[in-house]
Amino acid sequence: MKETKKTYWKGLEQLSNDPEFVKNADREFPELPSMISEDGNASRRDFLKMMGFSLAAASLAACEAPVRKAIPYVNKPVDINPSIPNYYASTFASGGDYASIVVKTREGRPIKIDGNKLSPINNGKVNAIVEASVLSLYDKERLTGPYLAGEKTDWASLDAEVKSKVAAAGNIKIVSNTVLSPSTLKALNLFSESIGGAEVIMYDPLSNYGIAKASESMYGQAVVPSYSFDKAKTIVSFGADFLGTWISPIEFAGQYAKTRKISKERPEMSRHYQFESNLSLTGANADYRSPIKASQSGLAVLALYNMLARKAGAATVSAPAVEVANLEKAANDLWASRGASLVVSGSNDPNVQTVIHAINELLGNNGATVDFSTPVNFRKGDDAKMNQFITDLNAGRVGAVIFHNCNPVYDHPRGAELAEGISKARFSLATNMTMDETASLVGALAPDHHFLEAWNDFEPKPGHYSLSQPTISPLFDTRQAQESLLVWAGETTNYYDFLRNNWETGLYTQVATLDSFQTFWDKSLYNGVLALEREGIPFAPIGDVTEAATAVARTYSADNSGAELIVYPKVAIGNGTFANNPWLQETPDPITKATWDNYLTVSQKWASDNGVTMIEENTRKASVTINGKKITVPILIQPGQAEGTFGLAVGYGRTKAGRVANGVGVNAYELLDASAGFVNFDITSGVTVEVTGDSYKIARTQTHQTFMARENVIQEATLSEYKQDASAGRYKPEIYKEGEFIKPSKISLWKGHQYSQHHWGLAIDMNSCIGCSACSVACQVENNVAVVGKEEVLNRREMAWIRIDRYYSSDAAADDLSGLEKASENPEVTFQPMMCQQCNNAPCETVCPVAATTHSSEGLNQMTYNRCIGTRYCANNCPYKVRRFNWFKYHDNTQFAGVNVAQNDDLGKMVLNPDVTVRVRGVMEKCSMCVQRIQAGKLEAKREKRKVKDGDINVACATACPTDALVFGDMNDPESRVSKLLKIEENSTSALKEVNEERAYHVLEEINVSPNVWYFTKIRNKDKNEA
Amino acid sequence: MQVTSSVREPLVTGGKSYHDVTHDVSRQVEGKPSLSWFLAFLTAAGVLGLGSIALIATLWEGIGMWGLNKTIGWAWDITNFVWWVGIGHAGTLISAVLLLFRQKWRTSINRAAEAMTIFAVICAAMFPVIHMGRPWLGAYWALPLPNTFGSLWVNFNSPLLWDVFAISTYFSVSLVFWYIGLIPDFATIRDRATGLRKTIYGALSFGWDGAAKTWMRYESVSLILAGLATPLVLSVHTIVSFDFATSVIPGWHTTIFPPYFVAGAIFSGFAMVLTLMIITRKVFKLEDYITMGHIELMNIVIIITGSIVGIAYITEFFIAWYSGVAAEQYAFINRATGPYWWAYWSMMTCNVISPQLFWFKKIRTSIVATFILSLVVNIGMWFERFVIIVTSLHRDYLPSSWAMFYPTWADIGVYLFTFGLFFTLFFLFAKFFPVINMAEVKSVLKSSSEKAAK
Repeated sequence: MKETKKTYWKGLEQLSNDPEFVKNADREFPELPSMISEDGNASRRDFLKMMGFSLAAASLAACEAPVRKAIPYVNKPVDINPSIPNYYASTFASGGDYASIVVKTREGRPIKIDGNKLSPINNGKVNAIVEASVLSLYDKERLTGPYLAGEKTDWASLDAEVKSKVAAAGNIKIVSNTVLSPSTLKALNLFSESIGGAEVIMYDPLSNYGIAKASESMYGQAVVPSYSFDKAKTIVSFGADFLGTWISPIEFAGQYAKTRKISKERPEMSRHYQFESNLSLTGANADYRSPIKASQSGLAVLALYNMLARKAGAATVSAPAVEVANLEKAANDLWASRGASLVVSGSNDPNVQTVIHAINELLGNNGATVDFSTPVNFRKGDDAKMNQFITDLNAGRVGAVIFHNCNPVYDHPRGAELAEGISKARFSLATNMTMDETASLVGALAPDHHFLEAWNDFEPKPGHYSLSQPTISPLFDTRQAQESLLVWAGETTNYYDFLRNNWETGLYTQVATLDSFQTFWDKSLYNGVLALEREGIPFAPIGDVTEAATAVARTYSADNSGAELIVYPKVAIGNGTFANNPWLQETPDPITKATWDNYLTVSQKWASDNGVTMIEENTRKASVTINGKKITVPILIQPGQAEGTFGLAVGYGRTKAGRVANGVGVNAYELLDASAGFVNFDITSGVTVEVTGDSYKIARTQTHQTFMARENVIQEATLSEYKQDASAGRYKPEIYKEGEFIKPSKISLWKGHQYSQHHWGLAIDMNSCIGCSACSVACQVENNVAVVGKEEVLNRREMAWIRIDRYYSSDAAADDLSGLEKASENPEVTFQPMMCQQCNNAPCETVCPVAATTHSSEGLNQMTYNRCIGTRYCANNCPYKVRRFNWFKYHDNTQFAGVNVAQNDDLGKMVLNPDVTVRVRGVMEKCSMCVQRIQAGKLEAKREKRKVKDGDINVACATACPTDALVFGDMNDPESRVSKLLKIEENSTSALKEVNEERAYHVLEEINVSPNVWYFTKIRNKDKNEA
Repeated sequence: MQVTSSVREPLVTGGKSYHDVTHDVSRQVEGKPSLSWFLAFLTAAGVLGLGSIALIATLWEGIGMWGLNKTIGWAWDITNFVWWVGIGHAGTLISAVLLLFRQKWRTSINRAAEAMTIFAVICAAMFPVIHMGRPWLGAYWALPLPNTFGSLWVNFNSPLLWDVFAISTYFSVSLVFWYIGLIPDFATIRDRATGLRKTIYGALSFGWDGAAKTWMRYESVSLILAGLATPLVLSVHTIVSFDFATSVIPGWHTTIFPPYFVAGAIFSGFAMVLTLMIITRKVFKLEDYITMGHIELMNIVIIITGSIVGIAYITEFFIAWYSGVAAEQYAFINRATGPYWWAYWSMMTCNVISPQLFWFKKIRTSIVATFILSLVVNIGMWFERFVIIVTSLHRDYLPSSWAMFYPTWADIGVYLFTFGLFFTLFFLFAKFFPVINMAEVKSVLKSSSEKAAK
């Protein structure tokens, strides 16, 4: 081929050999920066870099990054630091219940309620209801604004309507539960005056009117006295559940526990007699408990009076004879400890309470354990006035009625009548927070703030004051009820100024202080409480017991053969106001361990006579007819129930409480009788109970009732045995090895951990644990524990990290295994809080295939949710069965939206503790010993460049416990309370601590899993070991 | 040297020649599927489909679909797991251990038994994965894989991890052993086939040429694999039993478990082999290969292992009493007299009493009786695992947590799923693979068939 000489030019630049062109001649895209460095050496590397970058960039671009919005404060509020909690002192008061509290807020959201340690009344302690009340703030079913005639309106129109209608209506009644707040009372008065006089009627669903009425006849003043259980050596209670629900249970539980704490240095405890029909929480803690019929209780009280009168040489009263076990013994003990004893009764019958007053008078307890000079203001409701009001309302004599945060249509025995009567009033209004049974019937609704959004003051006892302050801006267009009253009264000041003003002109003038009012106010607000020295009101008996005794002898009988129904409140649900709170619904009743229901408690004998058996959760229904009213309720067989009596709890059968509580159980208030001038909770005549064919399932968290005589679980002794030998009742297993018997802890496959810094431990005193469940609700709030609902509790899948095991004693011999499964007719009861035991030789840790549960350097057994794959082997291998599995996705799941509100709707989620992960489906969880609190405490100490002090860190359960039964601390610190309680030998960093306290034991010591939780033997103040 | 004894019962009856063997076995593979095969296969696939509804529901909603609770964390899931693993024992035992012991009667049953092993292990291996709360993570987190999660590693202390190794090793060795054995037979089918079938079986037979050297290698590999597989027969169920034996739960924490579980596994494995063989020989008319002699020998193995299991049950009771450990004593009294007494007594009847009937020659040489008893044994063995797992857990140390277990539809459905899977795979195997090891049967033909001996 002929070689061509032709040349083609790329352009004129090439032809002219332009220098710029020559430079870039070998580059295809000269306008792009060169990949080849100037010296040309690193080209391969550069290429790879570029490759790598492009690959990374391409793959990054392919991943869609989630959009997370973190919006900074434009102006940061002074007190609010992200992730740092703030605490505000405040007050819980509802339906006559009271607690001074400290509210923990995070980023402006209240998330946890603890007791206020400065309060002399509840001493930093709370109960289940107070703990759980924070969730009701975030209830999306709260009223979001005012209503008129069922239509949403604005506050201006509502105010105009009220101002124009109320005064014109004439005969105005304001109905409320006990109002503890002096400023509220003042606002009520102002309003009343502005409209030419309105009557304020106070009633309480759980009425203590009988005591006040008795005080009136005995001492001339209708008051409920203060009680000091801590000063009592002998306590006798006739059906008063003072540890669970009676008057001021948090206060009483704290006092009671002081008399039950026992040590070698102080081997004394009070002796507690309980005479009751239902097995109450208090009865479960009694040393001697006698089941009696409600119809006998009056006579038993009279008999006790007569026994004591004989000893005192006073006149006896005539009373029919009644056979009551242990009554004589109680009388002897009372007399022996007169002046330091206490007799109380839960009856609402004024005559019975008069005799009780007289008994305490005989024993010289007035002024010692019973204090009329400092009466309590909690439950001042007047049943007679309320009765009259309902009659008037129905007769059309009431012009206007205002319901101030109360729900009598539901919780008054004559609620149905009231419901009909409301329309007869020309004007009706309610300040209730939700569209409940009463609010749904009134013409106007002026919804109040939640108490965590509002200002207020309280006077629980004369001289004791406390404040509540808002911890969050109002979530909805609600208005504080007191402010509404002021507006309607034509006042122009807001309630905060009004309240401050009251304090400035009132309390401030009564305190001897050099502070300015501002300082005084700030201090009071900071402390939350204020105690003033008050002269006691002198009290002297003016009345006589004879008249009351005659009435009692007439109304009670020793041999009632008919069925009796005793209506009682449950510890967690109380009077039913907070029934819509799922935390409370799922808290098992301390005695029956049932959740999500009320039921008829029947005696074992009645059950066997009527062929009712309860296998696991399966039971049958009974139809109960009371003077023509008929209800159908499931049966629950209750050991300790007095024969011939039945129990039924109030607080259920709500129809308009909200999606959680509606339709749960039946309403027992309807069955009560208020015709005798007081609400009588004991129905002793006209009751028939029949078993129906319907079967039913009651969701109980514990279905086996006895501890099968297992000494490795429950160790107990009587006081006299303890006095002789501090280790009485202890079960000390020994293992045979090479010719000798040694403690199980001496043999181990494990090398043993060393904890050079902290060694966290928990000591639990079974003698002071009363079983009230405040701990388990506190844990639920603190640790975002899911609520699973009735169906899943029936499937035995409740998530509680701490449970309280309740065991009944059995009459059977220790080797009669089937006999041991049956509880005694009137059993001894033992409560045992059970949570992760944080074992040093943890069986769960070795079996996890992915090491999701591991041991910390401070003795904790840690659970890593992220790593968990959910084989459940750890839970199977846990001898204490405290591990809980997420069987379903409990959060953001419509299936659980109706019960697990704190993890499903946007509002409810505001209550979650941001320091604790909400667990996903398929992972295991369990008590972490509040590791988030431990971490926070350690960080705080580190920031302050010091060591962690005892008391810096406390777990949620121990913080809530009203009886201080749980003590948490560092077992490496010889000065910590827990070390001292356990008498730990000093200077040991070993996991295996030498504990010298004789009462302390490990549950299941023989398997040597070496827990960091210690239990103290249960000591009963009994003469001899008897059931 | 093969010695033909006129006293000895022939292993293959009917006077089969080498050609007959090839023909009898290969015609199942080569012919059109019969109606009965179709019906059986569709039934199995139907059960598989139904069961998959339960499986999908469980995976979608969570383990809460099952009847488990806070006290009983394992029930049907692990019961089924152990049961299927147990069934998967016979195959390897027959092919490996009996090979080492030169038991020639194994040749006509080992193929199907091994196939059964593999399918049973597949069914078993499903449970440890699906019983997890988060199988999508657990399926690979349970393996010791290098990862970017930090220094995260599996926990070598956990018996569940040992299970992962035990099951996966057993499965791979069994699979390889089975497949190696199939190669000469695939080659036989290849040589008889034409067209597409020839290509497929050609590929499956890995270029088998039938040369003396190939045969020699084949035999060596078989022996080596048998040597490797033999300890596995013992180790798999030993390790499965460690899941329980190393725990602290009364009724689980028992040192007797390893031998007891292995004996139980062989017991149930042989029963399952019998069940399937009796059907297969009937359907595929292989009575001359799987003879009454085979059935009787397997029944004898069942008597022996059944008796071992029975002694183990009694020993457990004795030790519970003798140890003086109260929790242990209660666990066993509760088994026999507690709420699950019926499960315990079902287990005792099926596993201890029923195999003793095989002492009667009439019963152990009766096809019908053998078939029924083989089913009974497997029911009993399922109950054994249920008793061990559920009755031990449902009442352990703290009476407050005592509870009952009630299965849900999903529990049953997932169990059905594994049945569907097992039989679907087995029917596919029976149709497309030679169900009897032709090559090995031919090796024993000389000693048992007059025609071949000539």
